[in-house]
Amino acid sequence: MAHSAKSSVSYVRTEMLPEQAPPVSESGLVKWVRENLFSGPLNTILTVLSLLAIYWVVSHVFQWFAYGIWTANSLSECREVRNALYADGRNVACWAVLSERWNQLLFGFYPAEAYWRPVVALIVFFIAVAPVMFNFGGRKLAIFSAVSPFICYWLLWGGSIWGPILTALGFVLAWLAYGQITRKFGALAGIVATILVPLIYWRFGVAPLTGLVDGILPIGIENIQSKDFGGFMLALIIGITGIVLSLPLGILLALGRQSDLFIINKFSVIFIEVIRGVPLIVWLFTASLLLNYFLPPGTNFDLMLRVIIMVTLFAAAYMAEVVRGGLAALPLGQYEGADSLGLDYWQSMRLIILPQALKISIPGIVNTFIGLFKDTTLVVFIGLLDPIGLSNAIRATTEWNGIYWELFIFIGLCFFVFCYAMSRYSQYLERKLATDRH
Amino acid sequence: MSEATPSIQDREINRSQMKVTDEVAVEIRNMNKWYGSFHVLRDINLTVNRGERIVICGPSGSGKSTLIRCINALEEHQKGSITVDGTLLSNDLKNIDKIRSEVGMCFQHFNLFPHLTILENCTLAPIWVRKTPKKEAEETAMYFLEKVKIPDQAYKYPGQLSGGQQQRVAIARSLCMRPRIMLFDEPTSALDPEMIKEVLDTMIQLAEEGMTMLCVTHEMGFARQVANRVIFMDAGQIVEQNEPEPFFTNPQNDRTKLFLSQILGH
Repeated sequence: MAHSAKSSVSYVRTEMLPEQAPPVSESGLVKWVRENLFSGPLNTILTVLSLLAIYWVVSHVFQWFAYGIWTANSLSECREVRNALYADGRNVACWAVLSERWNQLLFGFYPAEAYWRPVVALIVFFIAVAPVMFNFGGRKLAIFSAVSPFICYWLLWGGSIWGPILTALGFVLAWLAYGQITRKFGALAGIVATILVPLIYWRFGVAPLTGLVDGILPIGIENIQSKDFGGFMLALIIGITGIVLSLPLGILLALGRQSDLFIINKFSVIFIEVIRGVPLIVWLFTASLLLNYFLPPGTNFDLMLRVIIMVTLFAAAYMAEVVRGGLAALPLGQYEGADSLGLDYWQSMRLIILPQALKISIPGIVNTFIGLFKDTTLVVFIGLLDPIGLSNAIRATTEWNGIYWELFIFIGLCFFVFCYAMSRYSQYLERKLATDRH
Repeated sequence: MSEATPSIQDREINRSQMKVTDEVAVEIRNMNKWYGSFHVLRDINLTVNRGERIVICGPSGSGKSTLIRCINALEEHQKGSITVDGTLLSNDLKNIDKIRSEVGMCFQHFNLFPHLTILENCTLAPIWVRKTPKKEAEETAMYFLEKVKIPDQAYKYPGQLSGGQQQRVAIARSLCMRPRIMLFDEPTSALDPEMIKEVLDTMIQLAEEGMTMLCVTHEMGFARQVANRVIFMDAGQIVEQNEPEPFFTNPQNDRTKLFLSQILGH
């Protein structure tokens, strides 16, 4: 014993071991199948049963899906075609409702000759967000991104081109007011002016000015009312606007909730808690019914605009809490590191804190986006014709009375595609922003 | 680091530029600070002249970190005054940002920005605070990264560097602002023994160039070699201060004696 103990204590390695590949049996498909599907008698039985169940479901549903009828003008016609085609009386889908009502499902009652406008607006939107989403492009594309909301608005609603241009001018006025008033009367007056000047201009200046300029130089396209909007176009307009606006608003609310300034802090807390504590459907009813009582008589405040504002505020409250989670997750050292270099509050937020906090919050942010997008279907309850509203309208017609599955499967599939795309993008973004791995 | 850096005790120190001048860099007068009702700093009086290298030591909770964090207003003091480089520290944010941009600080946990590369970490403040053109800021950053001996890591992210390398980047990041005073808050406490030396070496190099430094550290070797004054704090007060030689060989206060016997005895 003494001898072996002695020899095991004293040991000197003369050469270092090289790295080696793992054994072959520890990798590959065979290993995966054995470990995950057939690791024991019970699991083998379960695997076989599961395969049988999957086969049974797929063989039945697949037939319904794949042999579906695509050309017919009504449900009864669909059935006639089916009976003529398949003598065995099998049950098949009637996809004809989609092909026959395709435009309506996409655009609602938007005039057919203007279908190109929402399509172009969507393309403009994607060109505008692509530089932000994939981090390329320079100053020119950034300017285009800033102008694109006004282009999209004009394309969708039409009317005189001067309306959006003069509305956009309000932001320029705000910027001018901020610069001038801040220089002359100090920071607080500057902030007040930045908020008040454009509001006053939009309330009293835009409409008469638009009339005036349009009288001199009428350029415009056909005006289309909000009530004609519908289908996935409506869902996308509300969803995208809500998503684009709720993120910055949510960030500001989250910062406000962390602020030491009493009024800003309490305003943010009350806003978040009140908005979040009441169901969205209540806010939508408020938007559609109650707001008219509070607004000055004679103001015609577009219902869709009211809904967009409500959806945005609602999502912003959730967003604020998601972002606050990200802010809280950052070590205090990051704030101190930024402070110790002499960065001011907005610089340290923009350059140090928010990039990291938002990165942490990506799953929560996208979660909120997806929730918001799906919640746009709730507008059916206040009479807007979103895809669900349209499907109800379609099923109320004599031609398509009695059809359910095909419409709802299509709507569900479309929503799934959009939401899954957002989810995949967020995963891409997380991978791209990961700097803590080699 | 493969090149042989001599251990701190053996390192030859070039004292030609280590000169203490009459010019006052930091003046702290009757400064008091409370955390809620806890009196964490009690009547601190301290004058730091330009070119001084002060080591502050003391048991944990004695307020030594809080003291140097008050100098660049990371902590607010409630009574007394702090004057940095002739500017009286007030609640005015502009004033605070100005002082912070003149005073460099290194933290125990480095506090590098993990989402930016090493180079971006170093150029961020010069570009945004000093409004230095990007190219010039990058040249300055590379100069200081070479100085701390890691120019080849410039395009990596902090998470890819060792602790010692990160702390040296943090020092370079502070130096890029061309500070007149450097504060070190336990810069080596979170490091492996193998890496402490490379950070101390960088700090000695800085001292050799005549930088005014206030270091909270437990590295007594560094204090002996580099400091011109050692301050011992306990219970929020300055208990004893002296030149390093008499401080270590002949401490006067009982609390200092106990502390030194514990820290040097192990």
